[in-house]
Amino acid sequence: MIQLDYIDRSHSPQTVPVVCMHCDSPTCAEVCPADAIKRTEDGVVQSARKPRCIACNNCVLACPFGVPKMHTEMRLMMKCDMCYDRTSVGKKPMCASVCPSQALYFGTRDEIERLRPNSQPFNTFKFGRQIISTKVNLMIPKHSAIEHVDVLEAIYQPPTGREMEDTLFMNPGEA
Amino acid sequence: MRIEDPDQITIAPDGGMPEAQPKWRQDFPIDWPKDEYRSRRDFTKLLGLTSLAFVVGQAWIVLLSLIQRAEKRPPPFEITSLENLPVGTARLFYYPTQIDPCLLVRITPNEFVAFGQKCTHLSCPVIPRVPEGKFYCPCHSGSFDLKTGFPLAGPPRRPLPRVLVEVRNGKVFATGLADRSVV
Repeated sequence: MIQLDYIDRSHSPQTVPVVCMHCDSPTCAEVCPADAIKRTEDGVVQSARKPRCIACNNCVLACPFGVPKMHTEMRLMMKCDMCYDRTSVGKKPMCASVCPSQALYFGTRDEIERLRPNSQPFNTFKFGRQIISTKVNLMIPKHSAIEHVDVLEAIYQPPTGREMEDTLFMNPGEA
Repeated sequence: MRIEDPDQITIAPDGGMPEAQPKWRQDFPIDWPKDEYRSRRDFTKLLGLTSLAFVVGQAWIVLLSLIQRAEKRPPPFEITSLENLPVGTARLFYYPTQIDPCLLVRITPNEFVAFGQKCTHLSCPVIPRVPEGKFYCPCHSGSFDLKTGFPLAGPPRRPLPRVLVEVRNGKVFATGLADRSVV
């Protein structure tokens, strides 16, 4: 299950696909109080198990990448599970198989390094003091330095694309 | 990273070894294979503990029945005097408690029997029919033998609880319940 996030919706139609990163230490599964989120032997983090999920939203709030989505009408968390029905029978995930520009690619590390000689795969992220390594890799330019976003600093910055025009939070004198 | 156990792929948040993790983390693993794995030792432990629980329960039942049997019998209860009980009549009394109706029947001048009045089928009160030699239950036409209390006809399959009777100084006493009673 893939979702599209808008980068800066008020100025641009640009979107970015958000797929599950399939962390080696999945925060969603760590915070699940019902033991509902499991990982297969291939390292693919699955959607919450329907008999166990209590729709508490812990995983939605905890995931640093914002991947899990709560389907309130089903009372179930569903997320990208790398199209387990397809990959378990040898097919590629739907998003990677239909992507016309190969922005999403499904394959081995050797294949992607051969296909994109000017890029390097990157799969370690820092969120505050949490360091996360993932199964899914981002491709970045080969010789660029790896920069980590300072999340603790970024949360105090105003969000891009969302103009804060709400006078509710301003002081009475300024309004 | 080298993977030692193919079933152990998820790394704990502290990055430590799986064996060094707290018990709750080992009991609720994130990995699918570990979550569905039941070790033979755990299964045997479950079987053993379940069997042990059954054995303890049975022993507890036996112990309770032994304790109940060891409890002293209910005290003798004076039912009536011989003058008030002509031959061939029955008399209602309550023994051992006030909610246990019983019937005392004088069959011959020196032969007394007493039984609980509740029919063993559905607890209707039975009616003594001394000339016919039986207790009759009007609910479903069950009948019991007047002398032994064993069922003769109808739905009841168990005998009426028997009350032991003794005559002392012209008075009839209930002195206890026979062992077959289901009180």
